[in-house]
Amino acid sequence: MVEFRIDRRTGVATYVQIVQQTKQALRLGLLEPGDKLPTAREVVEATAINPNTVLKAYRELEREGLVEARRGLGTFVRRSLGAAPADSPLRAELSDWTARAHAAGLDRDDVAALFASVLDEQFHNGQFGDGRFHDEQRFNNTKGEQA
Amino acid sequence: MTETAIEAAALGKRFGRRGKWALRDCALKLPAGHVCAVVGPNGAGKSTLLAVAAGLLKPTEGALTVLGTHPTEARPRLAYVAQDKPLHPQLTVAATLRLGRELNPGHWDATVAERVVRQGDLDPKARVRSLSGGQRTRVALALALGKRPELLLLDEPMADLDPLARHELMGTLLAEAAENGTTVVMSSHVVAELEGSCDFLLLLGAGRVRLAGPLEDLLAAHTLITGPAGALTGLAPHTVVESRTTGRQLTALLRPAGPLDDVWQTAAPSLEELVLAHLRSPEAPALLLDATATKEAAA
Repeated sequence: MVEFRIDRRTGVATYVQIVQQTKQALRLGLLEPGDKLPTAREVVEATAINPNTVLKAYRELEREGLVEARRGLGTFVRRSLGAAPADSPLRAELSDWTARAHAAGLDRDDVAALFASVLDEQFHNGQFGDGRFHDEQRFNNTKGEQA
Repeated sequence: MTETAIEAAALGKRFGRRGKWALRDCALKLPAGHVCAVVGPNGAGKSTLLAVAAGLLKPTEGALTVLGTHPTEARPRLAYVAQDKPLHPQLTVAATLRLGRELNPGHWDATVAERVVRQGDLDPKARVRSLSGGQRTRVALALALGKRPELLLLDEPMADLDPLARHELMGTLLAEAAENGTTVVMSSHVVAELEGSCDFLLLLGAGRVRLAGPLEDLLAAHTLITGPAGALTGLAPHTVVESRTTGRQLTALLRPAGPLDDVWQTAAPSLEELVLAHLRSPEAPALLLDATATKEAAA
Protein backbone atom coordinates (compact mmCIF):
# COMPACT_ATOMS: atom_id res chain seq x y z
CA MET A 1 0.00 0.00 0.00
CA VAL A 2 1.20 3.51 -0.71
CA GLU A 3 0.36 6.85 0.81
CA PHE A 4 0.00 9.90 -1.41
CA ARG A 5 1.49 13.24 -0.49
CA ILE A 6 -0.38 16.12 -2.04
CA ASP A 7 1.45 19.41 -2.42
CA ARG A 8 -1.04 22.17 -3.13
CA ARG A 9 1.59 24.76 -3.99
CA THR A 10 3.52 23.08 -6.79
CA GLY A 11 1.10 24.03 -9.54
CA VAL A 12 1.16 20.38 -10.66
CA ALA A 13 -2.45 19.20 -10.96
CA THR A 14 -3.44 17.04 -8.00
CA TYR A 15 -4.38 14.06 -10.12
CA VAL A 16 -1.00 14.23 -11.88
CA GLN A 17 0.71 14.12 -8.48
CA ILE A 18 -1.12 10.88 -7.67
CA VAL A 19 -0.22 9.38 -11.06
CA GLN A 20 3.45 10.35 -10.66
CA GLN A 21 3.70 9.06 -7.11
CA THR A 22 2.13 5.75 -8.09
CA LYS A 23 4.59 5.37 -10.96
CA GLN A 24 7.46 6.23 -8.66
CA ALA A 25 6.30 3.53 -6.23
CA LEU A 26 6.11 1.07 -9.14
CA ARG A 27 9.63 1.89 -10.27
CA LEU A 28 11.06 1.55 -6.80
CA GLY A 29 9.27 -1.73 -6.26
CA LEU A 30 7.16 -0.33 -3.41
CA LEU A 31 4.16 -1.43 -5.43
CA GLU A 32 4.14 -4.76 -7.24
CA PRO A 33 1.66 -6.50 -9.53
CA GLY A 34 -1.31 -7.68 -7.49
CA ASP A 35 -0.94 -4.96 -4.86
CA LYS A 36 -4.02 -2.95 -4.03
CA LEU A 37 -4.08 0.83 -4.29
CA PRO A 38 -5.79 2.70 -1.45
CA THR A 39 -9.49 3.23 -2.11
CA ALA A 40 -10.68 6.67 -3.15
CA ARG A 41 -12.28 6.95 0.27
CA GLU A 42 -9.01 6.24 2.05
CA VAL A 43 -7.11 8.76 -0.05
CA VAL A 44 -9.77 11.43 0.42
CA GLU A 45 -9.93 10.83 4.14
CA ALA A 46 -6.17 11.18 4.51
CA THR A 47 -5.60 14.12 2.16
CA ALA A 48 -8.91 16.05 2.06
CA ILE A 49 -8.79 16.26 -1.73
CA ASN A 50 -11.79 15.93 -3.99
CA PRO A 51 -12.85 12.30 -4.57
CA ASN A 52 -13.26 12.89 -8.31
CA THR A 53 -9.57 13.80 -8.47
CA VAL A 54 -8.55 10.39 -7.10
CA LEU A 55 -10.86 8.62 -9.53
CA LYS A 56 -9.44 10.65 -12.41
CA ALA A 57 -5.87 9.65 -11.43
CA TYR A 58 -6.85 5.97 -11.19
CA ARG A 59 -8.57 6.13 -14.58
CA GLU A 60 -5.39 7.58 -16.05
CA LEU A 61 -3.29 4.79 -14.53
CA GLU A 62 -5.80 2.28 -15.86
CA ARG A 63 -5.65 3.81 -19.33
CA GLU A 64 -1.89 3.34 -19.28
CA GLY A 65 -2.41 -0.30 -18.39
CA LEU A 66 -0.65 -0.02 -15.04
CA VAL A 67 -3.61 -0.82 -12.81
CA GLU A 68 -7.03 -2.38 -13.16
CA ALA A 69 -10.25 -1.72 -11.30
CA ARG A 70 -11.96 -4.86 -10.07
CA ARG A 71 -15.60 -4.19 -9.39
CA GLY A 72 -16.39 -4.12 -5.71
CA LEU A 73 -12.84 -5.10 -4.75
CA GLY A 74 -10.72 -2.07 -5.51
CA THR A 75 -7.92 -1.01 -7.83
CA PHE A 76 -4.98 -3.37 -8.30
CA VAL A 77 -1.54 -3.07 -9.86
CA ARG A 78 -1.28 -4.94 -13.16
CA ARG A 79 2.31 -4.46 -14.10
CA SER A 80 5.45 -2.91 -12.79
CA LEU A 81 7.56 -0.14 -14.23
CA GLY A 82 11.26 -0.12 -14.89
CA ALA A 83 13.39 -3.17 -15.56
CA ALA A 84 15.93 -2.71 -12.80
CA PRO A 85 14.71 -4.03 -9.46
CA ALA A 86 16.96 -3.64 -6.47
CA ASP A 87 18.57 -7.08 -6.76
CA SER A 88 19.10 -7.23 -10.55
CA PRO A 89 22.49 -8.12 -12.13
CA LEU A 90 22.53 -4.63 -13.65
CA ARG A 91 22.50 -3.14 -10.20
CA ALA A 92 25.38 -5.41 -9.14
CA GLU A 93 27.42 -4.30 -12.16
CA LEU A 94 26.74 -0.67 -11.40
CA SER A 95 27.68 -1.30 -7.82
CA ASP A 96 31.05 -2.79 -8.92
CA TRP A 97 31.63 0.08 -11.29
CA THR A 98 30.88 2.64 -8.57
CA ALA A 99 33.28 0.91 -6.21
CA ARG A 100 35.99 1.08 -8.89
CA ALA A 101 35.25 4.76 -9.52
CA HIS A 102 35.53 5.42 -5.82
CA ALA A 103 38.83 3.49 -5.65
CA ALA A 104 40.09 5.58 -8.57
CA GLY A 105 39.64 8.69 -6.45
CA LEU A 106 36.28 9.99 -7.70
CA ASP A 107 34.04 11.45 -5.01
CA ARG A 108 30.27 11.22 -4.92
CA ASP A 109 29.62 14.33 -6.99
CA ASP A 110 32.16 13.25 -9.64
CA VAL A 111 30.43 9.88 -9.92
CA ALA A 112 27.00 11.50 -10.12
CA ALA A 113 28.16 13.94 -12.80
CA LEU A 114 29.79 11.17 -14.83
CA PHE A 115 26.70 9.02 -14.55
CA ALA A 116 24.41 11.88 -15.52
CA SER A 117 26.48 12.73 -18.58
CA VAL A 118 26.46 9.09 -19.75
CA LEU A 119 22.70 9.01 -19.20
CA ASP A 120 22.26 12.14 -21.30
CA GLU A 121 24.39 10.64 -24.04
CA GLN A 122 22.57 7.30 -24.07
CA PHE A 123 19.06 8.59 -23.60
CA HIS A 124 19.32 11.71 -25.80
CA ASN A 125 18.29 14.24 -23.19
CA GLY A 126 15.04 13.12 -21.69
CA GLN A 127 13.90 10.97 -24.57
CA PHE A 128 12.45 8.59 -22.04
CA GLY A 129 10.80 11.28 -19.94
CA ASP A 130 12.33 12.81 -16.87
CA GLY A 131 10.56 10.47 -14.47
CA ARG A 132 12.92 7.69 -15.46
CA PHE A 133 15.91 9.96 -15.24
CA HIS A 134 15.07 11.03 -11.67
CA ASP A 135 14.58 7.44 -10.81
CA GLU A 136 18.02 6.48 -12.02
CA GLN A 137 19.50 9.47 -10.29
CA ARG A 138 17.98 8.34 -7.04
CA PHE A 139 19.35 4.87 -7.70
CA ASN A 140 22.72 6.45 -8.18
CA ASN A 141 22.40 8.42 -4.95
CA THR A 142 21.69 5.34 -2.88
CA LYS A 143 24.78 3.77 -4.41
CA GLY A 144 26.85 6.70 -3.33
CA GLU A 145 25.71 6.32 0.24
CA GLN A 146 26.65 2.67 0.31
CA ALA A 147 30.02 3.13 -1.29
CA MET B 1 -31.13 10.38 -7.06
CA THR B 2 -31.90 13.74 -8.67
CA GLU B 3 -29.57 14.98 -11.40
CA THR B 4 -29.56 18.62 -10.35
CA ALA B 5 -28.78 19.54 -6.76
CA ILE B 6 -29.60 23.25 -6.94
CA GLU B 7 -31.13 25.26 -9.74
CA ALA B 8 -31.96 28.94 -9.58
CA ALA B 9 -33.41 31.35 -12.11
CA ALA B 10 -33.67 35.13 -11.74
CA LEU B 11 -33.38 34.59 -8.01
CA GLY B 12 -33.56 37.70 -5.85
CA LYS B 13 -33.76 38.27 -2.12
CA ARG B 14 -34.29 41.59 -0.39
CA PHE B 15 -34.59 42.08 3.34
CA GLY B 16 -37.42 44.51 4.05
CA ARG B 17 -39.39 46.46 1.50
CA ARG B 18 -36.76 49.12 0.91
CA GLY B 19 -33.72 47.13 1.94
CA LYS B 20 -30.74 46.37 -0.24
CA TRP B 21 -30.85 43.35 -2.49
CA ALA B 22 -28.81 40.58 -0.89
CA LEU B 23 -29.18 38.51 -4.06
CA ARG B 24 -30.27 39.70 -7.47
CA ASP B 25 -30.73 38.02 -10.86
CA CYS B 26 -28.98 34.85 -9.76
CA ALA B 27 -29.02 32.01 -12.23
CA LEU B 28 -27.14 28.83 -11.50
CA LYS B 29 -27.29 25.11 -11.97
CA LEU B 30 -25.31 22.80 -9.75
CA PRO B 31 -25.33 19.18 -10.90
CA ALA B 32 -25.50 16.52 -8.17
CA GLY B 33 -22.35 14.84 -6.94
CA HIS B 34 -20.12 17.90 -6.94
CA VAL B 35 -18.28 19.57 -4.10
CA CYS B 36 -19.07 23.22 -4.68
CA ALA B 37 -17.27 26.18 -3.14
CA VAL B 38 -19.27 29.36 -2.63
CA VAL B 39 -16.80 32.22 -2.52
CA GLY B 40 -17.19 35.97 -2.29
CA PRO B 41 -16.45 39.04 -0.15
CA ASN B 42 -18.46 39.89 2.95
CA GLY B 43 -22.00 40.82 2.03
CA ALA B 44 -21.83 39.07 -1.34
CA GLY B 45 -24.91 36.97 -0.56
CA LYS B 46 -23.27 33.64 0.27
CA SER B 47 -25.18 33.03 3.50
CA THR B 48 -28.43 34.28 1.97
CA LEU B 49 -28.09 31.87 -0.94
CA LEU B 50 -27.43 28.93 1.39
CA ALA B 51 -30.37 29.86 3.64
CA VAL B 52 -32.68 30.15 0.62
CA ALA B 53 -31.49 26.73 -0.58
CA ALA B 54 -32.14 25.31 2.89
CA GLY B 55 -35.70 26.62 2.71
CA LEU B 56 -35.21 28.97 5.65
CA LEU B 57 -35.62 32.16 3.61
CA LYS B 58 -38.22 32.83 0.94
CA PRO B 59 -36.95 34.39 -2.29
CA THR B 60 -38.34 37.87 -2.99
CA GLU B 61 -38.38 37.11 -6.71
CA GLY B 62 -37.45 34.29 -9.03
CA ALA B 63 -37.25 30.66 -8.04
CA LEU B 64 -34.87 28.11 -6.64
CA THR B 65 -35.32 24.36 -6.63
CA VAL B 66 -33.36 21.89 -4.58
CA LEU B 67 -33.04 18.21 -5.57
CA GLY B 68 -35.70 18.85 -8.19
CA THR B 69 -38.27 20.23 -5.79
CA HIS B 70 -39.15 23.11 -3.48
CA PRO B 71 -36.56 23.58 -0.69
CA THR B 72 -39.11 22.91 2.08
CA GLU B 73 -40.13 19.65 0.35
CA ALA B 74 -36.51 18.61 0.06
CA ARG B 75 -35.72 19.28 3.70
CA PRO B 76 -35.64 15.63 4.82
CA ARG B 77 -32.98 15.02 2.13
CA LEU B 78 -30.74 17.97 2.90
CA ALA B 79 -28.67 19.10 5.83
CA TYR B 80 -27.74 22.68 6.58
CA VAL B 81 -25.18 23.96 9.05
CA ALA B 82 -25.54 27.68 9.64
CA GLN B 83 -22.55 29.90 10.26
CA ASP B 84 -23.20 30.23 14.01
CA LYS B 85 -23.76 26.45 14.41
CA PRO B 86 -27.03 26.64 16.36
CA LEU B 87 -27.29 23.77 18.86
CA HIS B 88 -29.15 23.36 22.14
CA PRO B 89 -26.65 24.59 24.74
CA GLN B 90 -28.22 22.61 27.60
CA LEU B 91 -28.01 19.23 25.85
CA THR B 92 -25.01 16.98 26.24
CA VAL B 93 -23.10 15.79 23.18
CA ALA B 94 -24.69 12.33 23.52
CA ALA B 95 -28.18 13.83 23.87
CA THR B 96 -27.60 15.99 20.79
CA LEU B 97 -26.75 12.91 18.75
CA ARG B 98 -29.83 11.17 20.16
CA LEU B 99 -31.88 14.16 19.06
CA GLY B 100 -30.47 13.68 15.57
CA ARG B 101 -31.45 10.01 15.66
CA GLU B 102 -35.01 10.68 16.86
CA LEU B 103 -35.58 13.55 14.41
CA ASN B 104 -34.35 11.50 11.45
CA PRO B 105 -36.10 8.16 11.87
CA GLY B 106 -35.07 5.58 9.29
CA HIS B 107 -32.08 7.40 7.86
CA TRP B 108 -29.83 8.17 10.81
CA ASP B 109 -26.26 6.90 10.56
CA ALA B 110 -25.08 6.66 14.17
CA THR B 111 -21.69 5.25 13.17
CA VAL B 112 -20.67 8.32 11.19
CA ALA B 113 -22.02 10.79 13.74
CA GLU B 114 -20.24 9.04 16.60
CA ARG B 115 -17.00 8.74 14.68
CA VAL B 116 -16.90 12.48 13.95
CA VAL B 117 -17.47 13.23 17.63
CA ARG B 118 -14.94 10.63 18.79
CA GLN B 119 -12.22 11.97 16.44
CA GLY B 120 -12.40 15.23 18.36
CA ASP B 121 -12.01 13.56 21.78
CA LEU B 122 -15.31 15.02 22.90
CA ASP B 123 -16.80 13.78 26.17
CA PRO B 124 -20.29 12.52 25.32
CA LYS B 125 -21.45 13.76 28.73
CA ALA B 126 -20.21 17.32 28.18
CA ARG B 127 -22.89 19.95 27.68
CA VAL B 128 -22.83 21.83 24.38
CA ARG B 129 -22.55 25.21 26.15
CA SER B 130 -19.27 24.11 27.74
CA LEU B 131 -17.68 23.34 24.35
CA SER B 132 -15.35 25.61 22.41
CA GLY B 133 -16.40 27.04 19.06
CA GLY B 134 -14.42 24.42 17.15
CA GLN B 135 -15.87 21.58 19.22
CA ARG B 136 -19.38 22.88 18.57
CA THR B 137 -18.61 22.89 14.85
CA ARG B 138 -17.66 19.24 15.17
CA VAL B 139 -20.96 18.36 16.87
CA ALA B 140 -22.92 20.31 14.26
CA LEU B 141 -21.10 18.51 11.43
CA ALA B 142 -21.70 15.17 13.17
CA LEU B 143 -25.44 15.92 13.19
CA ALA B 144 -25.39 16.97 9.54
CA LEU B 145 -23.42 13.90 8.38
CA GLY B 146 -25.45 11.53 10.56
CA LYS B 147 -28.55 12.58 8.66
CA ARG B 148 -27.06 11.02 5.49
CA PRO B 149 -28.26 13.91 3.33
CA GLU B 150 -28.26 14.02 -0.46
CA LEU B 151 -27.30 17.68 -0.25
CA LEU B 152 -25.10 19.17 2.44
CA LEU B 153 -25.16 22.97 2.81
CA LEU B 154 -22.35 24.34 4.98
CA ASP B 155 -21.96 28.03 5.76
CA GLU B 156 -18.33 28.78 6.67
CA PRO B 157 -17.96 25.31 8.19
CA MET B 158 -14.25 25.37 8.94
CA ALA B 159 -13.80 28.95 10.17
CA ASP B 160 -13.20 28.18 13.86
CA LEU B 161 -11.34 24.88 13.57
CA ASP B 162 -7.65 24.42 14.20
CA PRO B 163 -5.58 23.30 11.16
CA LEU B 164 -5.49 19.65 12.19
CA ALA B 165 -9.23 19.44 12.91
CA ARG B 166 -9.90 21.27 9.66
CA HIS B 167 -7.89 18.80 7.62
CA GLU B 168 -9.39 15.84 9.45
CA LEU B 169 -13.00 17.00 9.19
CA MET B 170 -12.62 17.99 5.56
CA GLY B 171 -11.26 14.51 4.88
CA THR B 172 -14.14 12.85 6.71
CA LEU B 173 -16.64 15.11 4.97
CA LEU B 174 -15.31 14.39 1.49
CA ALA B 175 -14.95 10.67 2.17
CA GLU B 176 -18.58 10.45 3.32
CA ALA B 177 -19.64 12.52 0.34
CA ALA B 178 -17.75 10.24 -2.03
CA GLU B 179 -19.25 7.10 -0.56
CA ASN B 180 -22.85 8.31 -0.58
CA GLY B 181 -22.76 10.54 -3.65
CA THR B 182 -23.59 13.56 -1.49
CA THR B 183 -23.50 16.99 -3.09
CA VAL B 184 -21.63 19.41 -0.84
CA VAL B 185 -21.99 23.18 -1.03
CA MET B 186 -19.76 25.15 1.29
CA SER B 187 -19.00 28.81 1.61
CA SER B 188 -15.59 30.02 2.70
CA HIS B 189 -13.31 33.02 2.81
CA VAL B 190 -10.17 30.94 2.75
CA VAL B 191 -9.84 30.31 -0.95
CA ALA B 192 -6.52 28.48 -0.82
CA GLU B 193 -7.87 25.69 1.37
CA LEU B 194 -10.71 24.99 -1.05
CA GLU B 195 -8.28 24.27 -3.87
CA GLY B 196 -8.09 20.54 -4.31
CA SER B 197 -11.23 19.90 -2.27
CA CYS B 198 -13.79 21.47 -4.57
CA ASP B 199 -14.59 20.70 -8.18
CA PHE B 200 -17.26 23.33 -8.73
CA LEU B 201 -17.00 27.06 -8.09
CA LEU B 202 -19.62 29.69 -7.43
CA LEU B 203 -18.23 33.19 -7.02
CA LEU B 204 -20.69 35.77 -5.76
CA GLY B 205 -20.18 39.51 -5.72
CA ALA B 206 -22.66 42.16 -4.61
CA GLY B 207 -25.53 39.67 -4.73
CA ARG B 208 -24.80 38.46 -8.25
CA VAL B 209 -23.18 35.37 -9.72
CA ARG B 210 -19.75 36.34 -11.07
CA LEU B 211 -18.38 32.90 -11.92
CA ALA B 212 -20.12 29.54 -11.90
CA GLY B 213 -19.10 26.21 -13.34
CA PRO B 214 -16.80 23.21 -12.99
CA LEU B 215 -13.57 24.50 -11.47
CA GLU B 216 -11.34 22.91 -14.09
CA ASP B 217 -13.31 24.48 -16.94
CA LEU B 218 -13.32 27.89 -15.28
CA LEU B 219 -9.56 27.74 -14.76
CA ALA B 220 -9.03 26.56 -18.33
CA ALA B 221 -11.08 29.49 -19.63
CA HIS B 222 -8.62 31.98 -18.11
CA THR B 223 -4.97 32.74 -18.79
CA LEU B 224 -2.48 34.85 -16.86
CA ILE B 225 -0.25 36.89 -19.13
CA THR B 226 2.76 39.12 -18.69
CA GLY B 227 4.32 41.32 -21.34
CA PRO B 228 5.20 44.87 -22.37
CA ALA B 229 2.72 47.50 -21.19
CA GLY B 230 2.46 48.99 -24.67
CA ALA B 231 0.91 45.80 -26.06
CA LEU B 232 -2.32 46.25 -24.08
CA THR B 233 -4.21 47.53 -27.13
CA GLY B 234 -3.53 44.23 -28.92
CA LEU B 235 -5.70 42.45 -26.39
CA ALA B 236 -8.93 43.84 -27.83
CA PRO B 237 -10.55 40.56 -28.97
CA HIS B 238 -10.05 38.96 -25.55
CA THR B 239 -11.97 39.64 -22.35
CA VAL B 240 -9.62 41.31 -19.90
CA VAL B 241 -10.73 40.52 -16.35
CA GLU B 242 -7.98 42.48 -14.67
CA SER B 243 -4.80 44.19 -15.81
CA ARG B 244 -2.04 45.86 -13.83
CA THR B 245 0.96 47.80 -15.06
CA THR B 246 4.22 47.92 -13.13
CA GLY B 247 6.78 50.08 -14.89
CA ARG B 248 6.98 48.75 -18.43
CA GLN B 249 5.46 45.39 -17.54
CA LEU B 250 1.83 44.46 -17.80
CA THR B 251 0.20 41.56 -15.95
CA ALA B 252 -3.35 40.58 -16.80
CA LEU B 253 -5.90 37.86 -16.34
CA LEU B 254 -7.83 37.19 -19.54
CA ARG B 255 -10.44 35.01 -21.05
CA PRO B 256 -8.77 34.40 -24.41
CA ALA B 257 -11.05 34.48 -27.42
CA GLY B 258 -8.43 32.87 -29.65
CA PRO B 259 -4.68 32.43 -29.94
CA LEU B 260 -2.57 35.02 -28.11
CA ASP B 261 0.19 37.13 -29.57
CA ASP B 262 3.77 35.86 -29.11
CA VAL B 263 4.81 38.89 -27.03
CA TRP B 264 2.88 37.48 -24.06
CA GLN B 265 4.18 34.97 -21.58
CA THR B 266 1.27 32.87 -20.49
CA ALA B 267 0.54 30.83 -17.38
CA ALA B 268 -2.44 28.97 -15.99
CA PRO B 269 -3.99 30.78 -13.02
CA SER B 270 -4.52 29.12 -9.64
CA LEU B 271 -7.93 29.17 -7.97
CA GLU B 272 -6.76 31.95 -5.69
CA GLU B 273 -5.49 34.08 -8.58
CA LEU B 274 -8.75 33.56 -10.45
CA VAL B 275 -10.87 34.56 -7.46
CA LEU B 276 -8.74 37.53 -6.41
CA ALA B 277 -8.63 38.97 -9.92
CA HIS B 278 -12.41 38.87 -10.09
CA LEU B 279 -12.83 40.34 -6.61
CA ARG B 280 -10.52 43.24 -7.51
CA SER B 281 -12.47 43.95 -10.70
CA PRO B 282 -16.17 43.98 -9.83
CA GLU B 283 -17.02 45.28 -13.31
CA ALA B 284 -15.60 42.25 -15.15
CA PRO B 285 -18.35 40.35 -16.99
CA ALA B 286 -19.77 37.23 -15.39
CA LEU B 287 -18.92 33.80 -16.75
CA LEU B 288 -21.30 30.90 -16.30
CA LEU B 289 -20.24 27.53 -17.63
CA ASP B 290 -22.75 24.75 -17.84
CA ALA B 291 -21.40 21.46 -16.54
CA THR B 292 -23.13 19.24 -19.10
CA ALA B 293 -22.61 21.56 -22.05
CA THR B 294 -18.85 21.74 -21.58
CA LYS B 295 -18.57 17.98 -21.14
CA GLU B 296 -20.41 17.38 -24.40
CA ALA B 297 -18.21 19.89 -26.16
CA ALA B 298 -15.10 18.15 -24.90
CA ALA B 299 -16.28 14.69 -25.95
